Amino acid sequence: MIWIDVLVQGILLGGLYALFAAGLSLVFGIMRLVNLAHGDLIVFAAFAILLITGTLGLNPFLAALLAAPLMFAAGWTLQRFVLNRVLGKDILPPLLVTFGLSVALQNGMLEIFSADSQRLSVGRLESASIDLGVVTVGTLPLLTFASAVGVIFVLNRIFYTTALGRAFRAVSDDPTTASLMGLNPKSIFAIATGLAMVIVTLAALYLGMRSNFDPSIGPARLLYAFQAVIIGGLGSLWGTLAGGAIIGVAQTFGAQINPEWQILAGHIAFLVVLLIRPRGLFPRAVD
Amino acid sequence: MALLETHGLIAQYGQFKALFGIDLHVDPGECVAIIGANGAGKTTLMRSITGVIRNVPDQIHHNGQPIGALSPDQILRRGIAMVPEGRKLFPSLTVEENLLIGGQVRRGSGRWSLEEIYSLFPILKDRRRSPGTALSGGQQQMVAIGRALMSNPELLLCDEISLGLAPVVIRDIYAALPAIRATGAAVIIVEQDITRALAVADRVYCLMEGRVTLTARAKEVSREAIHAAYFGEPA
Amino acid sequence: MTHSVTTRTRASSIAGIAALALIGVGLILPAFASRSLIQDLFFILTMLTLAQLWNLIAGFGGMVSVGQQAFVGIGAYAMFAGVILWGWDPVPAILLGGLAAFLLAIPMAFFAFRLAGAYFAIGTWVIAEITRLLVAQWKTLGGGTGTSLPREATADIIGVATIADVFGLRDAAARDVLAYWLALALAVGTMAAIYALLRSRTGLALAAVRDNDNAAQSVGVDARRVKWTVFLSAATMTGFVGALIYVQTARISPDAAFSVTNWTAYVIFIAVIGGIGRLEGPILGVLVFWGLQTVFADYGSWYLLALGLLAIATMLFAPRGLWGLIHDRTGIALFPVQRRLVTTEPNKT
Repeated sequence: MIWIDVLVQGILLGGLYALFAAGLSLVFGIMRLVNLAHGDLIVFAAFAILLITGTLGLNPFLAALLAAPLMFAAGWTLQRFVLNRVLGKDILPPLLVTFGLSVALQNGMLEIFSADSQRLSVGRLESASIDLGVVTVGTLPLLTFASAVGVIFVLNRIFYTTALGRAFRAVSDDPTTASLMGLNPKSIFAIATGLAMVIVTLAALYLGMRSNFDPSIGPARLLYAFQAVIIGGLGSLWGTLAGGAIIGVAQTFGAQINPEWQILAGHIAFLVVLLIRPRGLFPRAVD
Repeated sequence: MALLETHGLIAQYGQFKALFGIDLHVDPGECVAIIGANGAGKTTLMRSITGVIRNVPDQIHHNGQPIGALSPDQILRRGIAMVPEGRKLFPSLTVEENLLIGGQVRRGSGRWSLEEIYSLFPILKDRRRSPGTALSGGQQQMVAIGRALMSNPELLLCDEISLGLAPVVIRDIYAALPAIRATGAAVIIVEQDITRALAVADRVYCLMEGRVTLTARAKEVSREAIHAAYFGEPA
Repeated sequence: MTHSVTTRTRASSIAGIAALALIGVGLILPAFASRSLIQDLFFILTMLTLAQLWNLIAGFGGMVSVGQQAFVGIGAYAMFAGVILWGWDPVPAILLGGLAAFLLAIPMAFFAFRLAGAYFAIGTWVIAEITRLLVAQWKTLGGGTGTSLPREATADIIGVATIADVFGLRDAAARDVLAYWLALALAVGTMAAIYALLRSRTGLALAAVRDNDNAAQSVGVDARRVKWTVFLSAATMTGFVGALIYVQTARISPDAAFSVTNWTAYVIFIAVIGGIGRLEGPILGVLVFWGLQTVFADYGSWYLLALGLLAIATMLFAPRGLWGLIHDRTGIALFPVQRRLVTTEPNKT
């Protein structure tokens, strides 16, 4: 019985990892850019939400609603004025710029917010749970997973049914030809990174409500996000959810055996998948 | 006033100079053919006009205004659309989406719409849900032409639209040209097939090694003159 | 008229002589220098070596690793294992460090090379994390809290007594001198090896692979073999450096030995600021870095914040670093790797 419980907790935890991963996957899919500061941006968004809850006395959900457009603007600006200038055939410059950003963000947050652990407090919701018969699950983990499903559903709708999504796919295929069709790839990239930062805000909301966070935890979130993307297969958002769930389940099983093995078990699961399915579970034909 | 005019247009890739002062003009509604051997600079010329290669502003004028330094999307907004060499359909987009993306920047209420493109190339309607790159070469070329038309251009550039296609397919594609010109649009066709180019064009320019070696009315030019301009030696 | 291909320039000949002189001075320096200068030079030389190695795989080879801390850490821990578990002398135990890094690099390359493009970077980071977590489980070497080299092991390292006698130093200072000499040897050896590699056929192949994997393959370069060779060699050398650093530190913990900031971020910043893809870059970069470190290190995270921003600014405005700026203005290349065609007119008689 306990193993079913562990399995369900793991899958729900995977929802959080899928939220971490969706923004990373979106940006990579459209401009082949790997943002090494992705994890730190999640932590940054969590602090932004914390700051808004503190100063305006709002509940974290409303605070995230306010933080989202700010994060969109931050992402848009970052892409427009920094990352667009280093994107090109050579993968080294964008990697190094985002790595520099990662170090700068971590230490900037350390100065401003100190190394103390923080949490977004949502009162009773933190401990609320729902009895599903076989297992009892926390309301918050369930909400996280539902949000991940929602985000992926909406992203897929945007990608495949809107003019913006069409533009995303066109610039991803061939930026030069896309510009001949009247699209400005650099503006589209900026919108994409802005959108990724909105998802990052949502991920930060759940990260902050479910566990403690401090300025140093960004890189580990980046690694989970990355593993979910690779396990799922590049370009497949639903695959990313599955990837997140696999990491989550591996971690909860690992923790059940020995709490020190939680993180390690997730990493090992990633290596196993990479070993037997190098292109992930649901690779796209193209790419 | 000419619709499009270039004065001493120069283009280079890094150290390598590809165009050495091209002068040409296209009048409204005119069909101009540009011929020349491989490496003569035809595609570079197209890429310069459409802004893929940025130039000195004053070297290219559109309706009397300098456009040489504009970006491709700004140039498309001014009514100059391109059917790129090699068709360049977006593999992630269906046929219909490829057409729609061409229509994302529309000028006024021109003639072209999805329905009009489908009536110009009926086969595309049946294949509209297929990925663009799943089509045959000829059908892909139709999509590429339709995609460019969707912005209702007043000048359409067609770069090597018959390259790699069977003669019967080329005939079908060229059969669409009168309908395109009937909207009043001017057309530049870049062609290796000289006979076909002369048959459809009003005027012809021949390029060799980045320079214009011949300017003539298509109906009046002699084979000998073409041969000399094309190969740089008398026939 | 005869043609020949050369990489030699006048500046490079002068630089060669200057380098030999510098090495000579470096060797006899402990006779006059203070202990703190020797320690500073140890730091500079080890960071320089790490930066050159990262520059080799990322700058010249296009394999942007963010997991170099894995090799520093495993090298250091292997040296500790040799000393504590098997009673080796710390200096020969450095060899174990290189071996361990080599062995770790095999699975790392195996997994990371499977990843598309830029995801290679995060892949190396994951492997480094896994290694850190596994080493933290190694209870006999202190687990998560770490351990120190036993006093008896550090007390009678081969050669230390002699150095102490010759220079009239105390044992601790003599240990620093020995570590410094080893660091000097590693730095010189690494740079000489990289320079030789870049001028060899493999160096050309590496450049081809970096610019275009497929194109390189089509002209007969075995891209996989070149990448594997370079990656494994750099990892091994990085393991030596890691082990040497911890011979000098004599105290280890997983968090310090596998620190992404100390062994990868700093190293990348040195290469970026000095100039990626050139041997001169990290030399200039490490001097700038050491200067910044000396002046600003007390500012802690403000300093790191500024370093991160400096790296970003460099990539935006001078992507080939300080050395790139100097090279563009003056055309000087101390370690030229570009091949130039030289035409010699025959003497007219």
